[in-house]
Amino acid sequence: MNAEQLEKTFQDKVDAEIRIEPRDWMPEAYRKTLIRQISQHAHSEIVGMLPEGNWITRAPSLRRKVALLAKVQDEAGHGLYLYSAAETLGVERETLIDEYLYGNAKYSSIFNYPTLNWADIGAIGWLVDGAAIMNQVPLCRCSYGPYARAMVRICKEESFHQRQGYEIMLTLCRGSEAQKAMAQDALNRWWWPSLMMFGPHDSDSPHSEQSMKWKIKRLSNDELRQRFVDVTVEQAHFLGIAIPDPDLRWNEERGHYDFGPINWAEFWDVVKGNGPCNRDRIRARRKAHEEGQWVRDAAMAYAEKRKARQTAAEAVASPTPVATYS
Amino acid sequence: MKKDWPLWEVFIRSKNGLHHKHVGSLHATDAQMAIENARDVYTRRSEGVSLWVVESKYITASSPNQTESLFEPADDKIYRHPTFYSLPDEVKNI
Ligand SMILES: [Fe+2]
Ligand SMILES: [Fe+2]
Repeated sequence: MNAEQLEKTFQDKVDAEIRIEPRDWMPEAYRKTLIRQISQHAHSEIVGMLPEGNWITRAPSLRRKVALLAKVQDEAGHGLYLYSAAETLGVERETLIDEYLYGNAKYSSIFNYPTLNWADIGAIGWLVDGAAIMNQVPLCRCSYGPYARAMVRICKEESFHQRQGYEIMLTLCRGSEAQKAMAQDALNRWWWPSLMMFGPHDSDSPHSEQSMKWKIKRLSNDELRQRFVDVTVEQAHFLGIAIPDPDLRWNEERGHYDFGPINWAEFWDVVKGNGPCNRDRIRARRKAHEEGQWVRDAAMAYAEKRKARQTAAEAVASPTPVATYS
Repeated sequence: MKKDWPLWEVFIRSKNGLHHKHVGSLHATDAQMAIENARDVYTRRSEGVSLWVVESKYITASSPNQTESLFEPADDKIYRHPTFYSLPDEVKNI
């Protein structure tokens, strides 16, 4: 088959909802798009452990602490599922990690905001994991099999993350005035960055169309953002705290909430590395990677030594048979 | 000297009576570490009662190019299926 036929067979499969698997033929651009998207996603899961990890030692109770520990551990797991999915596309994990720590690979800009107090842990679970779920559920039907399967596992785990976050918010909102003020303050700071998690407007998102055609993406950035706003506004009402947007109102005609303009200058600034915590985050990740190098080397050396010993022991236990029937 | 940990494929038996099923991969220095890592990465919520790990390089996969030659010959052998054989309705329990 020539390239054109291959491309057609590929697109026909995608259109017929037949999943693409690692060894199947795929256009180079599809492979590259997936490697970029999956690895960015993986980096985001990993770096996402930092803002929340910040509060593990100071969680207000043992119940909160075990939940937060479990959540952060899940995020590590999500990163690993995703690196594993990316590797099926023929790229080495080390290469991906190098691009992230020392190259230009991106991760979700939300994790470049600081967690100033305990209420932020509630807001992150509720809003950030909530937005992540909104993004990730359609990815469970992504055309690339290993990515879709990883997303199924991830989505199953995310709902606990969002619920534990909302529960923290609920507890604060039912607490003292000061606690409720903490919840409101956290919502004020996390609301807009959460809306930015869905990415630029569809009109400014040049790659979206191709990704939709390939069924990597199923819903557009603006559609997902709207869904998120619609469900989250009602959850905020229940908490009794206000979404920090004077333009927010129900639009009867559209059947959706209208909301005010997003500060895209801020978004791009954070993407370019100038958010409040970009430097801290990358410094922390590099430090962990570099200071762990000797451990990885030692573990590898130990495994090799053990293997060599075992081989030698086996050779002694079963020496080359000698001919006994001469 | 920097040497990357090899890649392992992970299979889980979710409960006795079921086959092990492929769930993904991970990196580990040896089989024992692969089992330990698989437990942490893939079974945090009681997903399994048994794990298999095998170094990815030892898996031989059929090529998608062989799909026709390997699997299509089965498509026209309908006589391998019970529905191929028509029996009168009066015959029961068969
Ligand atoms: Fe996650
Ligand atoms: Fe999460």
